[in-house]
Amino acid sequence: MANSPERPRRVTIDPDGPMLVEGPVEVVCADGTVATSRRFTAAICTCRRSRIYPWCDTSHRRRTDRDQGAT
Amino acid sequence: MTGPRLPTARGEVSAGLLSALRDGELRRPPPGALDPYGDDLQLALYLLYELHYQGFEGVAEDLEWDPGLLALRRTLERRFLAALRADVPPHADAGQALAALLVEPVGPDDTSVSHYLRREGELWQLREYAVLRSLYHLKEADPHAWVIPRLRGRAKAAMVAVEFDEFGAGRADEIHARMFADLMGDLDLEPAYGHYLEQAPAEALATVNLMSLFGLHRALRGALVGHFATVEVTSPPDSRRLAAALRRTGAGAAAQRFYDEHVAADAVHEQVVRRDVVGGLLASEPHLEADVAFGVHATGFLEDRLGDRLLRTWRRRRSALRVPLPDGEGRRTS
Ligand SMILES: [Fe+2]
Ligand SMILES: [Fe+2]
Repeated sequence: MANSPERPRRVTIDPDGPMLVEGPVEVVCADGTVATSRRFTAAICTCRRSRIYPWCDTSHRRRTDRDQGAT
Repeated sequence: MTGPRLPTARGEVSAGLLSALRDGELRRPPPGALDPYGDDLQLALYLLYELHYQGFEGVAEDLEWDPGLLALRRTLERRFLAALRADVPPHADAGQALAALLVEPVGPDDTSVSHYLRREGELWQLREYAVLRSLYHLKEADPHAWVIPRLRGRAKAAMVAVEFDEFGAGRADEIHARMFADLMGDLDLEPAYGHYLEQAPAEALATVNLMSLFGLHRALRGALVGHFATVEVTSPPDSRRLAAALRRTGAGAAAQRFYDEHVAADAVHEQVVRRDVVGGLLASEPHLEADVAFGVHATGFLEDRLGDRLLRTWRRRRSALRVPLPDGEGRRTS
């Protein structure tokens, strides 16, 4: 079973990215709205910059000038 | 339901292959000075690969395993792969290859198709983009499914989870390929599988042939994983810009939905693919690291070639397609 005591739901923490939570999952936001994801894993935004909050949209990514060139 | 129709030839090799597909007699052409990225080779390779997917109307299904056709495929693949190995500088570090894709430019990127379309893309350009991408998106995630039996453990579990999502997580109307067909409907395009093969130039065929090449060869499983990671990592920001372009041009709800879904889905997929598919593969088969990096860079190389063609033609207000769309398709007057 996906979320039984024998097989607890896994949450993965990454300091540089979203929190990964095994789905399905409901997120209760600060304003009381509830967002639901049926995906096998949900990526929950922790940088607060996402335009589809509470879900990650990769807005946490580092930004560079093209000339500074990430290689 | 009928399969896609065979296209017209683009040179000696594709002409010989087309007649073999029609009547079974392969005249072996001398593929002497064949351009590895040219229309003739890329079309021939595309046709040979397509036998492993949906095939063509009027082509015998068992030609998929015809030894003569497989030998031709091998010749063309070797030429294509050798060119890629020569043009993509060797990189040993897969993590570094992917890290470079995880950085977003501060301002607009003049070399990026999605940046161009978001800022100034017009409906006819978005339609051409959908036409060219339809060759992949109407079989989205299919080439990657071939890697599953070649993976074990963590990499396999994660790959299958992501593929399950690509294939609609159990719901046919949420299969990503189906969502792309719905997008094409919004753009007044024909959503039938393989319908726009004739329109696709070599640069577009090469991006799809690369996935089939990596997918069909166990020896290239590392490159396939590198390719898949590249697609998932680059997709969310590109998809956000494409959704914005479709919203701005009033393309329609289904058109927006495909790219909106890919912002959210691929933000998850890229995490899972980097952490567990790439991470899991390299933990069990560390010697594949250079292949993973090759997959990342070869994908970027061919995507850049396609992007160059699109931007070069569109900036001159010319069509990027090889031949125009049939009358009445994709010509909704605005
Ligand atoms: Fe997808
Ligand atoms: Fe994806």
